Amino acid sequence: MSHFIDRRLNPKGRNLGNRRRFIGRVKQHVKEAVDASVRRRAIADIEGGDKVAVPRDSLLEPSFRHASEGGKREGVLPGNRAYRAGDEIPKPPAGAGGAGRQGAPDGEGEDDFVFAISRDEFLDIFFEDLELPDLVKRTLEGAAVQKNRRAGISVTGSPSNLDLSRTMRNALGRRIALKRPRDADVEALRARLFELEMRHAPDEADRAERRRIEAELAEALRRQKRVPYLDPLDVRYRHFEPHPEPRARAVMFCLMDVSASMGAREKDLAKRFFVLLHLFLTRRYDTVDLVFIRHTHQASEVDEDTFFHARETGGTVVSTALVEMLKVVEDRYPPSEWNIYAAQASDGDNYQGDSLRCAELLDGAIMKLCQYFAYVEIIGEAEAQILRDQTRGTELWMGYRGVANRWPNFAMRRIAAPGEIYPVFRDLFSRREKEAQDG
Amino acid sequence: MARVADRGLLFSGPDWSFDTLRRTTDAIEAIARTDLGLDCYPNQIEIISTEQMLDAYSSTGMPLMYKHWSFGKAFIHHERLYRKGARGLAYEIVINSNPCISYCLEENTMPMQALVIAHAAFGHNHFFKNNHLFRQWTDPDGILDYLEYARGFLKDCEDRHGARAVERTLDAAHSLMSASVFRHRRPPQPSLREERLREERRLREEEAAQHYLWSRIEPARAPGLPETDAAERRRALGLPEENILYFLERHSPSLAPWQRQALRIVRNISQYFYPQRQTQVMNEGCACFTHFHILNRLHAEGRIEDGAMLEILHSHTSVLTQPDFDSPFYGGINPYTLGFAMMQDIRRICEQPTAEDRDWFPAFAGSGDWRALLGEAWANFRDESFIQQFLSPKVMRDLRLFAVTDTEGEDVVRVSAIHDEGGYHAVRDALARSYDLSTRSPDIEVIDADLAGDRLLRLRHRMRNGIPLDARDREATLGCLRHLWGYDVALEEVTG
Repeated sequence: MSHFIDRRLNPKGRNLGNRRRFIGRVKQHVKEAVDASVRRRAIADIEGGDKVAVPRDSLLEPSFRHASEGGKREGVLPGNRAYRAGDEIPKPPAGAGGAGRQGAPDGEGEDDFVFAISRDEFLDIFFEDLELPDLVKRTLEGAAVQKNRRAGISVTGSPSNLDLSRTMRNALGRRIALKRPRDADVEALRARLFELEMRHAPDEADRAERRRIEAELAEALRRQKRVPYLDPLDVRYRHFEPHPEPRARAVMFCLMDVSASMGAREKDLAKRFFVLLHLFLTRRYDTVDLVFIRHTHQASEVDEDTFFHARETGGTVVSTALVEMLKVVEDRYPPSEWNIYAAQASDGDNYQGDSLRCAELLDGAIMKLCQYFAYVEIIGEAEAQILRDQTRGTELWMGYRGVANRWPNFAMRRIAAPGEIYPVFRDLFSRREKEAQDG
Repeated sequence: MARVADRGLLFSGPDWSFDTLRRTTDAIEAIARTDLGLDCYPNQIEIISTEQMLDAYSSTGMPLMYKHWSFGKAFIHHERLYRKGARGLAYEIVINSNPCISYCLEENTMPMQALVIAHAAFGHNHFFKNNHLFRQWTDPDGILDYLEYARGFLKDCEDRHGARAVERTLDAAHSLMSASVFRHRRPPQPSLREERLREERRLREEEAAQHYLWSRIEPARAPGLPETDAAERRRALGLPEENILYFLERHSPSLAPWQRQALRIVRNISQYFYPQRQTQVMNEGCACFTHFHILNRLHAEGRIEDGAMLEILHSHTSVLTQPDFDSPFYGGINPYTLGFAMMQDIRRICEQPTAEDRDWFPAFAGSGDWRALLGEAWANFRDESFIQQFLSPKVMRDLRLFAVTDTEGEDVVRVSAIHDEGGYHAVRDALARSYDLSTRSPDIEVIDADLAGDRLLRLRHRMRNGIPLDARDREATLGCLRHLWGYDVALEEVTG
């Protein structure tokens, strides 16, 4: 009558859907907590979970219920010591909260509902609506999780994984091997016996046959009982093993103008921009290769240190960097295997006439290969006042504007101060407002 | 293992295996059936991990539930308490379904599993199957199907109408959940198929209603229904109505068909739990009595070791602890303690009555047949009537119960009666009343709604003993009600 089921093997995290809804509900508070710790922490250890305190009021689940005070109440209490009927017990003075709980030992107010968010949830909020365009197409959503994969069969498992056809096949094989009489045969014996019993005048042969069949039937039934139709030995379960989902690979090209016009301040801004992009990409991809291409009037691939610190003199021909990037892509990063991102930082100077060629290179080759191409123009703080108008700017800026209009995955911004990087970064990668609303 | 079996033991040591579980369950079942005469649903005993236990906690103890943020909140809340060590997990959860599902925690030792199985899979199981409230008001054969359907339906709604809209509707419905049960008349029991048909019909109606022509046509008024006649109008709406969600589902002017269905789901779940809320003391008492009797018998027969029995008794007594009213651990009367004490006492009265018992319970004192009497009590009573009928002076003395009254405006709380000759009846009455759900939960009814006029929905709260509603919750709940009704809502509080 009692049946046991081992549920421990069932998939975990059944409550994640509810948790997600809960976090969605208190999004505002979670966001504030995340923003606060982003300000507090260094970029290198941005990743990690955090504690969030939510005022209980915002989680109120109201209902019609009696107030805790007012009216006439009666109750029955256990553990009387010395009271007699008619005794009067003074009430604790109002506000003292007679039977109230003492302060929580961990110092959290009782008015707050405190919970911890995991690293993934933290980053999700941090990167909220920062998703790269077309990213969903190429990357696997939630690629960090392990997925269960079929891994043969096993003799234990949860009922939901019962492999019915294999179990029945085993049962059939065992029944044949152990010569379990088939139901049809038993039925045939019964029918024959019935027929013999019905004979009006059985002769000796009939009686002999009847005895024989009775014996056969008894034997068959005994065998059937001995060899069960389905034995626990036959049962097989589909076996699953967790398997890390392969994540796609990405390569990020950092292109930067290192001519003399790019001073320490400009390079610093550019670096912060690259760091944020890199952080974002490592979140999305298992491996993120970095390629640093610096250029003056000629471009070369260099290591990170050289990229940021070495000095170089020369003119400025931006298109050389693009050509170099194409060459690296062709050599090492076939677009069929790699997601290609590019981030370019420059002060906007360019050799006269070269900007047109840059636009051609982008239109003709690079934009087709790239998931995303981000361009930031680093300008002086004084210029920032003048260059508010997006439609005006250097020749390079004007040339790129044309590209931006033609390619939705091309974005460009001007930045002047460290404080502007994060908003720009958000802005660069945020889904377009309209899309977000439609979606 | 052979050694253990030779000695006639069901198990030995703390570790359990499915073999020992099966053997022990069979032994428990034999005693439950032949000795106690219990009548149970078939058992489905599931071994689960702590996370799964927390999960079951947070979805009101049901094995499957639709998704809602409040369950996520409950999960976080329980998990936090558990991780901090502030609270242990329940050893089991049992579900009123057929077959009767009980969850046992994998971390339980074998003696604990025996305790839990006797408690839940036989004690609670018997109570679910036999108590009249459960028989009459719940549908154990269909509940899991229904929840499965509800989950699918609400998920579908989220896809169709957006998670936000579904969440708002459910939030509002949850706030009215406790005020949405039929207390007196039998609720209709929908089968899964009927429910699907109803849903289809609603969707069809929705589509028909979208045709712009319909909005231009004045629906013909039923003849002989003058709409000025308020009494007639209320009669047509079936007012007054105690089940608020039921009323909204049928008459709200602003709900979409899927929202009506969502309200129906919430209301049905609330109704399903209504018997449990009325029989806490009895249900736990029955389960405790059962496990205590069965395990003691197994021990007496030499099938459970002394050590295991000590562990079982240790858990038994810690569950049944009743802190005194002035203890920092006091949190109300422990239903396990009260129920178990009363049932043990019924047995005592049947077997060894005192003069006092003969005086108080002439019908059964000394009758000897406590099995039949308890069986009847489990089947036909609820907490309030059970206490009124069976609470004996001895139990009141043992628990040292005393009744107090607390009147607004006075500086003192008065002790109105204690466990003495003059007070037994008063204490018993007061305790029984405190388990009467109609005094515990506010009495709120929908009394009027003029659909042809200003569409103001009027509710009445009949205050008992002048106890008002919690003001903040009242306003928030009225906000939810307004959301579902679509027009203004007024709640009057009257004494009486």
